[in-house]
Amino acid sequence: MALLEVRDLKTHFRTDDGIVKAVDGVSFSIEKGQTLGIVGESGSGKSVTCLTIMGLNPKRNTISSGEAIFKGENLLAMSSSRLRDIRGNDIAMIFQDPMTSLNPVHRIGAQLVEAIQLHRDVTKRQARARALELLNAVGIPRAERRIDDYPHQFSGGMRQRVMIAMALVNDPDLLIADEPTTALDVTTQAQILTLMTDLQKDFGSAIIIITHDLGVIAEVADDVVVMYAAKVAEHAPVDNLFKRPHHPYTWGLLGSLPRLDADVERLVQIRGQPPSLLNPPRGCRFHPRCPYVMGICKTVEPELLPAGDEADHVQACHLDVATKDREAAKVLAGTMAEAS
Amino acid sequence: MVRYLARRVIWAAVLFIAVTLVAYVLFFLIPNDPAKLVAGKAATDADVKRAAHFLGTDRPFYVQYAKFLDRLVIHQNLGFSFANRQSVNSIVGNAAPVTASLVFGGAIFWMLLALPIGILSALRPRSLLDRASMTFVLIGISAHPIWIGLIFAYFFGFKLGWTPITGYCDFINPSTDCGGPVQWAYHLVLPWATFAILFAALYVRMIRANVLDTMNEDYVRTARSKGAPEHLVLRSHILRNAMLPVVTMLGMDISLALGGAVFTETVYSLPGLGKTAIFGLNNNDIPTVEGVIVFATLAIIVFNLVVDLLYAWIDPRIRLT
Amino acid sequence: MAEATVPVAAATNGGVRGDELLVVEDLKKYFPVTRGIIFQKQVAAVKAVDGVSFAVRQGETLGVVGESGCGKSTMARCVMRLLDVTGGRIVFDGRDITRLSRAEMRPYRREMMMIFQDPYASLNPRKRVGFIVAEALEVHKMGTEAEIKKRVQELLEVVGLNPEHYNRFPHEFSGGQRQRIGVARALAVNPKLIVCDEPVSALDVSVQAQILNLLKDLQSSFGLTYVFIAHDLNVVRHISDRVMVMYLGHAVEIASRTDLYAEPKHPYTGALLSAVPIPDPEVGRERRRIVLEGDVPSPINPPSACWFHPRCPRFREGHCDVETPPLKSFGDGHVAACHYPLERWPMTEDEIRHATGGRVS
Repeated sequence: MALLEVRDLKTHFRTDDGIVKAVDGVSFSIEKGQTLGIVGESGSGKSVTCLTIMGLNPKRNTISSGEAIFKGENLLAMSSSRLRDIRGNDIAMIFQDPMTSLNPVHRIGAQLVEAIQLHRDVTKRQARARALELLNAVGIPRAERRIDDYPHQFSGGMRQRVMIAMALVNDPDLLIADEPTTALDVTTQAQILTLMTDLQKDFGSAIIIITHDLGVIAEVADDVVVMYAAKVAEHAPVDNLFKRPHHPYTWGLLGSLPRLDADVERLVQIRGQPPSLLNPPRGCRFHPRCPYVMGICKTVEPELLPAGDEADHVQACHLDVATKDREAAKVLAGTMAEAS
Repeated sequence: MVRYLARRVIWAAVLFIAVTLVAYVLFFLIPNDPAKLVAGKAATDADVKRAAHFLGTDRPFYVQYAKFLDRLVIHQNLGFSFANRQSVNSIVGNAAPVTASLVFGGAIFWMLLALPIGILSALRPRSLLDRASMTFVLIGISAHPIWIGLIFAYFFGFKLGWTPITGYCDFINPSTDCGGPVQWAYHLVLPWATFAILFAALYVRMIRANVLDTMNEDYVRTARSKGAPEHLVLRSHILRNAMLPVVTMLGMDISLALGGAVFTETVYSLPGLGKTAIFGLNNNDIPTVEGVIVFATLAIIVFNLVVDLLYAWIDPRIRLT
Repeated sequence: MAEATVPVAAATNGGVRGDELLVVEDLKKYFPVTRGIIFQKQVAAVKAVDGVSFAVRQGETLGVVGESGCGKSTMARCVMRLLDVTGGRIVFDGRDITRLSRAEMRPYRREMMMIFQDPYASLNPRKRVGFIVAEALEVHKMGTEAEIKKRVQELLEVVGLNPEHYNRFPHEFSGGQRQRIGVARALAVNPKLIVCDEPVSALDVSVQAQILNLLKDLQSSFGLTYVFIAHDLNVVRHISDRVMVMYLGHAVEIASRTDLYAEPKHPYTGALLSAVPIPDPEVGRERRRIVLEGDVPSPINPPSACWFHPRCPRFREGHCDVETPPLKSFGDGHVAACHYPLERWPMTEDEIRHATGGRVS
């Protein structure tokens, strides 16, 4: 049985302008010890998906449906006190901006101790010892002295290490990392990604990593979900996704990326803007921007199905496999026709 | 820390001299001779001259100012009133507790109102409570304290007879027929309420806005993601941060109000600093007015210092260097 | 030390060729740190830019990369004369503009324009797009009202916006479209040089590609010269002809794009390159990384001699922390400031292990 299985997850926000369908029927699952990457642009629903799983959306204007079965229990249907037991204990989360994610008026030691004592019946002294152990594990130099410092006394990279320590302090089965390196410099990003993969080996946690950076995905993920306009466009094992991408949006993402290991004169640009989620396009949500658009795309919404013979590589696009393979090869060769 | 204190004290001295000097200069621009008042209506020119010499007002103003400073710094003496020859020290000493009672009591009153209303309406934005409290804010900010005072005095004091309409009773030393804590509080209830309405309105708005802002901070989401229950999130993560600017404002408002809660004191005839200052102005009584100014300036300086220290204590990001 | 004494412009440029639009020599910008009870006295300085020299040729793009706090944005603001420099020389189009007064700078303002990072913050929200784009034209009195309007509509079209949207406000546009407005504003007065300060780092990848393509197209149609500042090495590689790498206010390496990415000489450049994630899991698994320890030191109290020595995998005690490395030439305009430049790229696992004392990632 999967550690977490998400089925037909929907999160809609009531706003003054109408219902924003921020997540609209997302399904995926993750096994123990595995790393799932969710990639997409801003507004694709990747962060909201995880906040919904954690029950962290504002209650007042949120309507959620679907299931998120974690170790046999549906996170979306359980009482808020049961969910609080799981949060920070079985599932922990780290966020994008380490500068604002720690409370500025509490010492970092106190914030870690709080995380422990919320779930473990231990003394402050024991909790502090555990906190120190974790700060050492995430590579905070002179942790025994820095444990009583305030967040503003740490650099961005060090704060993200503190966040990771705080997330791992109760030995969670699942760690959700929402753009954990986006706010960091590239050398610091490398340190944090290395740290996360090392710790995963030690702690055995499963990781869901949300990012807009395909490079980060390629580096850490086993399985990748590509999200576009609140839906899953493609879901595949990482090697498959990069070797044989099936969805035109994935091609666009890969082609629009300037890269160190290939030379192109012009980048592929996906025309237009992502659609409004108040009133998304009919049929395939990508069709107004898709260079391969056909008649059917404008009316019939494509289902998430395997395109070729690999059952674990699913995608939502009406194109036939032969066309997909031909065009994907062009993208990978850097010669995809410009979509404009 | 020491450097910070040194800097603050030097600035306070500069501020102090500037304020008292400006008050002196302004006084000498007013074409009214205190000596004439003192000498009385039937006084001859010679009487007025003698009175002027007696008061010291025949000397150039900078000499008077220097004498004032000398008295104040060396002897901690504010001089004697031109109007009734009382020691200004004792005039201010009598008036200050009245104003202090009004201001501190009022501050407690307005915080007791503003804290729960502000926090609750932030927790339930757009609810009935929130809309009601926003209406209260609008009224509190728009209505003038004198008007509120008169309305309160009319209804609660005159019509319903619940509270006395005017007067002040000493907390510790009963001078006249009334005295002691109960009478003191009883006489001050209406002034407190009047004084507190405006500030309570301002503070409800500020607290609500701060709490709403803080609720959207990333570290509040972090706290929830740790599995913290809502009451803990509110107490330990939201309120502590949301109260930082409130503390600053509270310090500034209290110290300003100590300088004279003129309107409220006027309505309820409370013998506080505001009334004293107005009395001094009407009688060209420089020593009394300067006395109030000196006291108010000191109060503001001391209070701001206290607030800064308090702020540094609750917000570790502030370093007093 | 001989290399350090050659004229800087020559050292950074493979010889002065006469077609440089912008020459910067030994540029310094220190921000004072003051302290005092009443009279503030300077007790230290943040050396944001500390002796940077480079040249930009007519029609080329010089990419500037570095991590936050390396001084790249301060450098750009100095070149634009938005900040007064502490030392050094800025020569624009053959004229020394380092100490020009505000009034003397005015004619140069229309020859050098800037595009900013945040398309949300850099456009006045209360002004219509037409006004924002036209402002520079009006300041420099370039045409009648009708001519200016026509020009603005042309510009909007050039940057891929609907000219009919002349009367809209910035908030009615998406992030990418706002950056296009920023580009149109910079283009309005036909500048020779455009300094782009992180123009795409706030944008999503697909929109980023649109803006990068636009900048390239505009360069070839109008013969523009760019100084392109970014922290993303992929983006800089894509857009630049030559690249300058900055660390702690210093230029540590300058080279043509191909040389810098194929044969980096400075270990910091190597570490940066090896830290960039590559969107190809196979390549990624093959690759070995130079992991830098710790954080960038404070520019108030920078390390002695070589600024990179406390984090450098090739650090040699008694040399790197004693003698400041000069910019050494590696031929063809490739210079780097290092006593022990990299010999081979990519480094083998053994070389990294040797260099980092056993850490390979």
